[in-house]
Amino acid sequence: MILFLLSWPLLASLLLFAFKPKQAWVVAFVASLIELVASLVLVFQFDKSAAVEYAINVPWIASLGVNFAIGFDGISLLLVLLTTVLVPFIILSSTKHSYSSAFYGLVLMMQMALIGVFTAMDGFLFYLFWEIALIPIYFICLIWGGEDRGRITLKFFIYTLAGSLLMLVALIYLYFQTPGSHSFEIQALYEAGRALPLAEQGFIFWGLFIAFAIKMPVFPFHTWQPDTYSVAPSQGTMLLSGIMLKMGLYGVIRWLVPVVPAGVHEWGMTAVVLSVIGIIYGSCIAIVQKDFKRLIAYSSIAHVGLISAGIFTLNKIGVQGALIQMLSHGILVFGLFYGIDIIETRVKTRTLSALGGIRHVAPVFSAVFTVVMLGTLALPFTSGFVGEFLLINSIFQYNAILGAVGGLTIILGAVYMLRSFQQAMLGETNSTTESFVDLSGREKLVLFPIVVIIIVMGIYPDPLLSISESAVTNLLSIVQEFSASAK
Amino acid sequence: MNALLVICGLGFVSLLAEIANFKKLLTVLVILALAAAVVLVVLDWNTSQSLYHDMVVFDNFALGFTGLLCLVTLGWYWMTRDFFENHPHQSDRLALVVFALAGGIIMVSFNNMAMLFLGIEILSISLYVLAGSNKASLLSNEAAFKYFLMGSFATGFLLMGIALVYGATGSFDITKISAHVASHADSLPRFFHAGVLLIFVGMTFKISAVPFHFWAPDVYEGSPTPVTAFMSTVVKTAALAAFFRMFASCFASVEASYHIVLQVIIVLTLVVANVTAVYQGSVKRILAYSSVAHVGYILLAIMSSGSAASGVLFYYMASYSVASIAAFAVLQAVELSSGSTGVDAFNGLYHRNPFLAVVMTIAILSLAGIPPLAGFFGKYLVFAQALQHGYLPFVILGVLTSLIGIYYYFKVLIAMYRAEKEGPRPDKYSTVLLVLLVAAILALGIFPDHVIGLLRL
Repeated sequence: MILFLLSWPLLASLLLFAFKPKQAWVVAFVASLIELVASLVLVFQFDKSAAVEYAINVPWIASLGVNFAIGFDGISLLLVLLTTVLVPFIILSSTKHSYSSAFYGLVLMMQMALIGVFTAMDGFLFYLFWEIALIPIYFICLIWGGEDRGRITLKFFIYTLAGSLLMLVALIYLYFQTPGSHSFEIQALYEAGRALPLAEQGFIFWGLFIAFAIKMPVFPFHTWQPDTYSVAPSQGTMLLSGIMLKMGLYGVIRWLVPVVPAGVHEWGMTAVVLSVIGIIYGSCIAIVQKDFKRLIAYSSIAHVGLISAGIFTLNKIGVQGALIQMLSHGILVFGLFYGIDIIETRVKTRTLSALGGIRHVAPVFSAVFTVVMLGTLALPFTSGFVGEFLLINSIFQYNAILGAVGGLTIILGAVYMLRSFQQAMLGETNSTTESFVDLSGREKLVLFPIVVIIIVMGIYPDPLLSISESAVTNLLSIVQEFSASAK
Repeated sequence: MNALLVICGLGFVSLLAEIANFKKLLTVLVILALAAAVVLVVLDWNTSQSLYHDMVVFDNFALGFTGLLCLVTLGWYWMTRDFFENHPHQSDRLALVVFALAGGIIMVSFNNMAMLFLGIEILSISLYVLAGSNKASLLSNEAAFKYFLMGSFATGFLLMGIALVYGATGSFDITKISAHVASHADSLPRFFHAGVLLIFVGMTFKISAVPFHFWAPDVYEGSPTPVTAFMSTVVKTAALAAFFRMFASCFASVEASYHIVLQVIIVLTLVVANVTAVYQGSVKRILAYSSVAHVGYILLAIMSSGSAASGVLFYYMASYSVASIAAFAVLQAVELSSGSTGVDAFNGLYHRNPFLAVVMTIAILSLAGIPPLAGFFGKYLVFAQALQHGYLPFVILGVLTSLIGIYYYFKVLIAMYRAEKEGPRPDKYSTVLLVLLVAAILALGIFPDHVIGLLRL
């Protein structure tokens, strides 16, 4: 089933060329729905064990010790689910823009690469998918992006490539530590990494951490992010923030923490501090933004900082909270960027001060946007609450001061979200917004399910939490064992 | 060996074509002969023949590179048929190209320094003429003259070096030289090392490593685009294989006498070529500098694993040549329609001819080393070899210069996807060839094992 998930988007993206450009979005949408159904089947069949369930594990490039190993456990499954849920929404949300079939082809290729990243059980394969994911999103931003996109997307590309090359060097180094004729197999890399002395684990830690930190992005590796998010087309931004930044977080869970547990133990505090700085920094800058999209871009830095800090606390509620928050953030940030996309296509501006009074002319839109916004504020009974509660709790257990500082995210988040809501939705209508049309049928079709997901996840998150629980417990017990033995 | 005979025969036949008046048949003949050469290579595989008192040795290394040279020339000829057909000097030009190829085959199979010299000269003299084959163009004349002057100077170095090495060891035969060097390691005269260094300089000129690269960009830019494509693929492959045969096998035991020089040259090549490429406004010059930069990565592999690098060298040159031919084919199509090779000529190519733009994109991504394309595995193998042998600083430098590489390669890429929709629409190209090249780039990337394994000892 997982192999179908991996190959179907690629096949579908090639199929697209057989259809007329006008039908492209329908074909892509149907293809992504099939993908969603397949992933749901996988979720229901999943037995919630801790072990990785391999779908395939065969030698691919024998002379380099590379295996085509695809498998999943609860952690992978949650992220695969996030990908397959979001992509249909993203495709459905794009119909106003009349993109060409190449666009949908790239989106589906991106989906393939993302699922590959989340299920690769071989270091080299992981690196390959990690890089392949960059290519479609780069072209989506380059071809359909806004002003000055050449320069900004190039910066994005070089920045992230620099990080991943560091990761590649670290992986090759680990590879040469594996016994015998060397292998990139995940267990072999785990054992090689754990056997390294502390100092070398530190180097590996930084090589991998910087790669992941750039992708998330964690302060101070975030400078590509606001520009890229604002210049990318709306659907590109949704892919970037909704799914792609989770690649970095997933990388930390799967390819950093279990590989060099002693290194993580040694440097985890630094990572948590950087993440917490990112929370405060992102929130403060978000408060003064005039452009709605940039505001959400900076708020994304704050949110991802909290998730990353939670993972590096290395306690169970932290990692579980991080996973649930990844899903929730993906859904919420999609809702926010779609809301901005709707505003922008109608009134041709994203500047907050030019907006106002949308609530009077578009009550349905305003109501839906309120729910998404409250989710972002982590109001109880929304999906954001579960994750943020667990995360702040875990940081507080790790270090009370950091927990208190990180907790400010809720207050600061309320400041920038409510301020922007007030400026855009409340107040008097002006000449730009008075002709604002309320949601169309297709937009409702996208946003209503999103609202339902936000509320259901907030009230009853348990099924999702239980999927990853045993995998997370297993992960943390390994970390404790090896960071203790390294001392 | 049979392949070499076929190629030489083809050269003479194409000279005769003018006199005997069968020019129309030439294209078919060329394609048949090159294909036959490839088939002969396959048939000779695993039969290590040494001929003419060990003047040439056709071991698997030589056979592999002979096959690669013939295949690349075949693709190249397909792409540049317009350069030959319906041209008054068709048979002369073709003969020159074929003789250059013969020189290249000698360079990859020599076992005697006299043959090395002969091979280099056969190759170079043909190229001097080809570089100036666009007689009406001032730039083409300049290229030919510059190449000739600098080339003959480098040949002088090479000859002087060969003479000194002969004086010290009493032989031209590289197996005998390396045996002599191994048995008399302590009693070698000083001028032997001077000789090795002179040969080194002569060869680095031919592979255009910094600081002996100054001719390359001007010659590449001035020559007609088909000739540039030939120089940066076939010629470069032959020269690097010759360099490898000379230094990774024959002089491997005296590596100490040129080790530091090699290190300096690698650092300079990586940094200078990549940084200078950033400031170029012409795609042809960008490709020229990129071909210099790629030499830096290959030298890194040769330095770190010596004779074990043959598989890496082969894979790297195969992937580089395929991607380069694809890039040059698109460049040629754009040049024919717009008359310019500047980056501007590519503006909005995606909207004018999406097929060409996508092919160019894949070629550029491969040259830049983006997975899962062939170029990535080439770079990966180089870095892995270097890391394995403890050259971490060089790997970090290589990674940094690859990032600079992205910057200039992507200049072309970004230009292609600009919104400008107006402009000439390139239409002179072979779709089949381009599809085959793209398939080769993908196949080399997805199944690298077979090609790397070919030359494993």
